[in-house]
Amino acid sequence: MKITNQMEISFLSIPENESFARVAVSAFAVQLNPTLDVLADIKTAVSEAVTNAIVHGYCDCMGMVKIEAILKDNGMLRLVVSDEGCGIENVEEAMQPFFTSQPEKERSGMGFSVMQTFMDQVEVMSEPGKGTRVTMEKKILAG
Amino acid sequence: MQMEKQNQTLIVYLDGELDHCSAQSIRRLLDGCIKDGEIKNMVLDMQELTFMDSSGIGVILGRYKQIKDKGGRMMVRNMNRQVERVFRLSGMNQIIETM
Repeated sequence: MKITNQMEISFLSIPENESFARVAVSAFAVQLNPTLDVLADIKTAVSEAVTNAIVHGYCDCMGMVKIEAILKDNGMLRLVVSDEGCGIENVEEAMQPFFTSQPEKERSGMGFSVMQTFMDQVEVMSEPGKGTRVTMEKKILAG
Repeated sequence: MQMEKQNQTLIVYLDGELDHCSAQSIRRLLDGCIKDGEIKNMVLDMQELTFMDSSGIGVILGRYKQIKDKGGRMMVRNMNRQVERVFRLSGMNQIIETM
Protein backbone atom coordinates (compact mmCIF):
# COMPACT_ATOMS: atom_id res chain seq x y z
CA MET A 1 0.00 0.00 0.00
CA LYS A 2 1.18 3.48 -0.85
CA ILE A 3 1.95 6.03 1.88
CA THR A 4 -0.13 9.15 1.33
CA ASN A 5 1.02 11.21 4.29
CA GLN A 6 3.45 10.98 7.14
CA MET A 7 4.40 13.00 10.22
CA GLU A 8 6.67 12.78 13.21
CA ILE A 9 6.62 14.68 16.49
CA SER A 10 8.64 14.41 19.65
CA PHE A 11 8.08 16.06 22.99
CA LEU A 12 9.31 16.02 26.56
CA SER A 13 7.84 13.34 28.84
CA ILE A 14 5.72 15.66 30.97
CA PRO A 15 2.01 15.00 31.67
CA GLU A 16 0.99 18.30 30.04
CA ASN A 17 1.99 16.78 26.69
CA GLU A 18 -0.58 13.96 26.92
CA SER A 19 -3.37 16.20 25.63
CA PHE A 20 -1.01 17.75 23.08
CA ALA A 21 -0.29 14.26 21.68
CA ARG A 22 -4.01 13.41 21.45
CA VAL A 23 -4.83 16.64 19.65
CA ALA A 24 -1.84 16.40 17.28
CA VAL A 25 -2.62 12.83 16.18
CA SER A 26 -6.35 13.43 15.79
CA ALA A 27 -5.66 16.58 13.74
CA PHE A 28 -3.45 14.46 11.47
CA ALA A 29 -6.00 11.61 11.20
CA VAL A 30 -8.92 13.92 10.47
CA GLN A 31 -7.87 14.25 6.82
CA LEU A 32 -9.30 10.75 6.23
CA ASN A 33 -12.68 12.05 7.39
CA PRO A 34 -13.19 9.54 10.23
CA THR A 35 -16.35 9.38 12.30
CA LEU A 36 -16.23 11.08 15.70
CA ASP A 37 -16.26 7.65 17.36
CA VAL A 38 -13.21 6.51 15.39
CA LEU A 39 -11.40 9.73 16.20
CA ALA A 40 -12.22 9.23 19.88
CA ASP A 41 -10.81 5.68 19.68
CA ILE A 42 -7.54 6.96 18.23
CA LYS A 43 -7.24 9.74 20.83
CA THR A 44 -7.83 7.27 23.65
CA ALA A 45 -5.23 4.79 22.37
CA VAL A 46 -2.65 7.55 21.87
CA SER A 47 -3.33 8.84 25.37
CA GLU A 48 -2.65 5.39 26.84
CA ALA A 49 0.57 4.83 24.90
CA VAL A 50 1.94 8.30 25.69
CA THR A 51 0.95 8.02 29.37
CA ASN A 52 2.76 4.66 29.57
CA ALA A 53 5.90 6.26 28.13
CA ILE A 54 5.72 9.11 30.65
CA VAL A 55 4.68 7.10 33.72
CA HIS A 56 6.60 3.87 33.16
CA GLY A 57 9.22 4.51 30.47
CA TYR A 58 10.57 7.60 32.16
CA CYS A 59 9.43 6.76 35.70
CA ASP A 60 12.43 8.29 37.43
CA CYS A 61 13.76 10.62 34.77
CA MET A 62 12.67 12.73 31.82
CA GLY A 63 13.20 12.07 28.17
CA MET A 64 11.65 12.46 24.77
CA VAL A 65 8.52 10.65 23.57
CA LYS A 66 8.23 10.23 19.81
CA ILE A 67 5.13 9.66 17.69
CA GLU A 68 5.35 8.66 14.05
CA ALA A 69 2.10 8.57 12.08
CA ILE A 70 1.60 7.19 8.59
CA LEU A 71 -1.50 7.24 6.42
CA LYS A 72 -1.83 4.71 3.61
CA ASP A 73 -4.02 4.90 0.53
CA ASN A 74 -6.24 2.08 1.83
CA GLY A 75 -7.27 4.28 4.77
CA MET A 76 -4.91 2.64 7.24
CA LEU A 77 -3.46 4.78 10.03
CA ARG A 78 -0.27 3.47 11.55
CA LEU A 79 1.04 5.00 14.77
CA VAL A 80 4.35 4.32 16.48
CA VAL A 81 4.77 5.71 19.99
CA SER A 82 8.27 5.22 21.32
CA ASP A 83 10.49 6.19 24.21
CA GLU A 84 14.09 5.57 25.22
CA GLY A 85 13.21 4.93 28.85
CA CYS A 86 13.65 1.96 31.16
CA GLY A 87 11.79 -0.56 28.98
CA ILE A 88 9.54 -3.43 30.06
CA GLU A 89 10.99 -6.64 31.53
CA ASN A 90 8.05 -8.84 30.60
CA VAL A 91 5.84 -7.45 27.81
CA GLU A 92 3.38 -10.34 27.94
CA GLU A 93 2.76 -9.79 31.64
CA ALA A 94 2.50 -6.01 31.19
CA MET A 95 -0.22 -6.51 28.57
CA GLN A 96 -2.45 -8.54 30.87
CA PRO A 97 -5.61 -6.63 31.87
CA PHE A 98 -5.32 -5.02 35.31
CA PHE A 99 -1.57 -5.72 35.55
CA THR A 100 0.25 -2.71 36.98
CA SER A 101 3.69 -2.20 38.41
CA GLN A 102 2.41 0.86 40.33
CA PRO A 103 -0.77 -0.16 42.23
CA GLU A 104 0.04 2.35 44.99
CA LYS A 105 -0.38 5.15 42.45
CA GLU A 106 -3.88 3.94 41.51
CA ARG A 107 -2.78 2.90 38.02
CA SER A 108 -5.61 0.76 36.66
CA GLY A 109 -3.46 -1.57 34.57
CA MET A 110 -5.86 -1.14 31.66
CA GLY A 111 -3.63 0.87 29.30
CA PHE A 112 -2.74 -1.92 26.85
CA SER A 113 -6.28 -3.37 27.03
CA VAL A 114 -7.68 0.02 26.00
CA MET A 115 -5.20 0.24 23.11
CA GLN A 116 -6.07 -3.30 21.96
CA THR A 117 -9.80 -2.61 22.15
CA PHE A 118 -9.76 0.76 20.43
CA MET A 119 -7.25 -0.05 17.65
CA ASP A 120 -7.25 -2.91 15.13
CA GLN A 121 -3.73 -4.05 15.90
CA VAL A 122 -1.21 -3.37 18.68
CA GLU A 123 2.38 -4.58 18.83
CA VAL A 124 4.79 -3.85 21.67
CA MET A 125 8.55 -4.18 21.43
CA SER A 126 10.65 -3.38 24.46
CA GLU A 127 14.15 -3.83 25.72
CA PRO A 128 15.03 -3.20 29.38
CA GLY A 129 17.26 -0.15 29.66
CA LYS A 130 16.71 0.87 26.04
CA GLY A 131 13.05 1.77 25.69
CA THR A 132 9.66 0.74 24.34
CA ARG A 133 8.04 0.98 20.93
CA VAL A 134 4.27 0.57 20.57
CA THR A 135 2.94 0.17 17.03
CA MET A 136 -0.80 0.54 16.50
CA GLU A 137 -2.91 0.34 13.35
CA LYS A 138 -6.47 1.27 12.62
CA LYS A 139 -8.41 1.25 9.38
CA ILE A 140 -10.27 4.50 9.01
CA LEU A 141 -13.56 4.29 7.21
CA ALA A 142 -14.71 7.71 6.09
CA GLY A 143 -17.65 9.05 8.10
CA MET B 1 -14.92 21.23 38.58
CA GLN B 2 -18.05 22.21 40.55
CA MET B 3 -19.37 20.38 43.58
CA GLU B 4 -22.70 20.44 45.33
CA LYS B 5 -23.59 18.95 48.70
CA GLN B 6 -27.08 17.56 49.16
CA ASN B 7 -27.48 16.15 52.66
CA GLN B 8 -25.08 13.18 52.80
CA THR B 9 -24.44 13.14 49.07
CA LEU B 10 -21.73 15.02 47.20
CA ILE B 11 -22.49 15.72 43.54
CA VAL B 12 -19.30 16.30 41.55
CA TYR B 13 -19.57 17.93 38.13
CA LEU B 14 -16.47 16.71 36.30
CA ASP B 15 -15.43 18.80 33.31
CA GLY B 16 -12.73 18.89 30.65
CA GLU B 17 -10.46 15.87 30.33
CA LEU B 18 -9.70 13.20 32.94
CA ASP B 19 -6.27 11.82 32.09
CA HIS B 20 -3.04 11.14 33.97
CA CYS B 21 -2.23 14.87 33.87
CA SER B 22 -5.46 16.04 35.53
CA ALA B 23 -5.92 12.94 37.73
CA GLN B 24 -3.73 14.11 40.61
CA SER B 25 -5.57 17.40 41.26
CA ILE B 26 -9.01 15.78 40.88
CA ARG B 27 -7.98 12.98 43.25
CA ARG B 28 -6.78 15.49 45.84
CA LEU B 29 -9.98 17.56 45.64
CA LEU B 30 -12.28 14.54 45.93
CA ASP B 31 -10.30 13.00 48.79
CA GLY B 32 -10.59 16.26 50.71
CA CYS B 33 -14.37 16.12 50.34
CA ILE B 34 -14.67 12.43 51.23
CA LYS B 35 -12.86 13.15 54.51
CA ASP B 36 -15.85 15.35 55.43
CA GLY B 37 -17.62 13.13 57.96
CA GLU B 38 -21.07 14.10 56.67
CA ILE B 39 -20.44 12.88 53.12
CA LYS B 40 -21.48 9.29 52.61
CA ASN B 41 -22.49 9.06 48.94
CA MET B 42 -20.97 10.46 45.76
CA VAL B 43 -22.51 11.19 42.36
CA LEU B 44 -20.11 11.84 39.49
CA ASP B 45 -21.87 13.92 36.84
CA MET B 46 -19.94 13.60 33.56
CA GLN B 47 -22.06 15.86 31.36
CA GLU B 48 -19.13 18.23 30.77
CA LEU B 49 -16.39 15.57 30.80
CA THR B 50 -15.16 15.44 27.20
CA PHE B 51 -12.50 12.73 27.53
CA MET B 52 -11.35 10.01 29.90
CA ASP B 53 -8.66 7.33 29.62
CA SER B 54 -7.60 4.53 31.95
CA SER B 55 -6.07 7.04 34.38
CA GLY B 56 -9.67 8.10 35.05
CA ILE B 57 -10.56 4.52 35.89
CA GLY B 58 -7.92 4.57 38.62
CA VAL B 59 -9.30 7.82 40.03
CA ILE B 60 -12.90 6.59 40.08
CA LEU B 61 -12.06 3.16 41.52
CA GLY B 62 -9.93 4.71 44.27
CA ARG B 63 -12.79 7.02 45.33
CA TYR B 64 -15.31 4.15 45.03
CA LYS B 65 -13.31 2.12 47.56
CA GLN B 66 -13.29 5.02 50.03
CA ILE B 67 -17.03 5.62 49.67
CA LYS B 68 -17.71 1.91 50.02
CA ASP B 69 -15.60 1.79 53.18
CA LYS B 70 -17.86 4.51 54.61
CA GLY B 71 -20.88 2.36 53.81
CA GLY B 72 -22.02 4.74 51.08
CA ARG B 73 -22.94 4.52 47.40
CA MET B 74 -21.23 5.88 44.33
CA MET B 75 -23.12 6.66 41.14
CA VAL B 76 -22.14 8.07 37.77
CA ARG B 77 -24.36 9.83 35.24
CA ASN B 78 -24.32 11.62 31.87
CA MET B 79 -21.31 9.89 30.30
CA ASN B 80 -20.55 10.61 26.65
CA ARG B 81 -19.87 7.67 24.32
CA GLN B 82 -16.08 7.76 24.62
CA VAL B 83 -16.15 7.94 28.41
CA GLU B 84 -18.76 5.18 28.62
CA ARG B 85 -16.67 2.84 26.42
CA VAL B 86 -13.66 3.21 28.72
CA PHE B 87 -15.92 2.84 31.77
CA ARG B 88 -17.47 -0.38 30.46
CA LEU B 89 -14.18 -1.83 29.23
CA SER B 90 -12.81 -1.65 32.76
CA GLY B 91 -15.87 -3.46 34.12
CA MET B 92 -16.72 -0.52 36.40
CA ASN B 93 -20.31 -0.64 35.19
CA GLN B 94 -20.63 -3.90 37.15
CA ILE B 95 -19.78 -2.33 40.48
CA ILE B 96 -20.73 1.33 40.13
CA GLU B 97 -24.33 2.35 39.54
CA THR B 98 -25.14 4.43 36.48
CA MET B 99 -28.07 6.82 36.70
